[in-house]
Amino acid sequence: MANEIQIQVNGEPRGWQDGGTVADLLRDLAIETERVAVELNLEILDRKDFGQRKLREGDRVEILGFIGGGCETKGESDGRER
Amino acid sequence: MDANDRLTIAGHEFRSRLWVGTGKYKDFAETKKAIEASGADVVTVAVRRVNITDRSKENLLDYIDPKKYTILPNTAGCYTVEDAVRYARLARAAGISDLVKLEVLGDERTLFPDTAGLIEAAKILIKEGFIVLPYTNDDPIVAKKLVDIGCPAVMPLAAPIGSGLGIRNPYNLKIIMETVKVPIIVDAGVGTASDAALAMEYGADAVLMNTAIAGAQHPIVMAEAMKYAVYAGRLAYKAGRIPRKLYATASSPIEGML
Repeated sequence: MANEIQIQVNGEPRGWQDGGTVADLLRDLAIETERVAVELNLEILDRKDFGQRKLREGDRVEILGFIGGGCETKGESDGRER
Repeated sequence: MDANDRLTIAGHEFRSRLWVGTGKYKDFAETKKAIEASGADVVTVAVRRVNITDRSKENLLDYIDPKKYTILPNTAGCYTVEDAVRYARLARAAGISDLVKLEVLGDERTLFPDTAGLIEAAKILIKEGFIVLPYTNDDPIVAKKLVDIGCPAVMPLAAPIGSGLGIRNPYNLKIIMETVKVPIIVDAGVGTASDAALAMEYGADAVLMNTAIAGAQHPIVMAEAMKYAVYAGRLAYKAGRIPRKLYATASSPIEGML
């Protein structure tokens, strides 16, 4: 049984299995990989590396996608941002 | 319109000379209908954190098919070179193309571009292979600098973002159109159809807007109005307007009168 570690995903603390990959995390969150960019500790990951990159204690993960926007846009990816 | 009247930027060909933003709509269904009514084939999107707490929420790209539209990610909300470059890289990683509408804003109240930062960020991104479409001020010198460093188009504002003030400085825009030999997309500040038509009559290659449509009382109707305005303005530009004269010139002949 893998150890439970703490990571941060989009600014929120989250428990995670030590050794789980970025791809595992996205699957866990039900996020389609084709439409997002993932930044791990400020490094933007190549999509093809999602399955290899393991998450470690204290890692900060940012998952970003496209939302409605024209010029100045604020808020989260829920279509009700402004 | 002439089906061959296409706009080409860095190898990307566009049918529509009206480009639209996807922010500020009531919901995705309205966004989709408005974009369809506008006839636009380029839509801008922003890059933001995915909502991970409520995955039931729908995704914009479920409504706007990236196969049908050119998705143009922007760096909206970025006030520093570092942020703008970071968001541009994230946009590319999220995976549509090398196109980016680059915004480096200088001030929250006016949302005017920080043109010094814009040039700096553009240089970095062009070196990394991005196709940078910069949102800039109606400043001919800055527009020329942006072209000189490799921007394949420039996007000068008509007025502050979301202001609806229309074209505040038509003479500067005209000078940009005369001096810069790349496509000019007038971006931001359009309030209603006549503003868009005027921009096209001046010789803009395209117009980009969001609030003028999304913020109208009837967005879908306004989207259609904008389609015709851009179309009419483009035709009028190509037709070549008559010069302005102070006095009348009769259209009916005097000859043959009693």
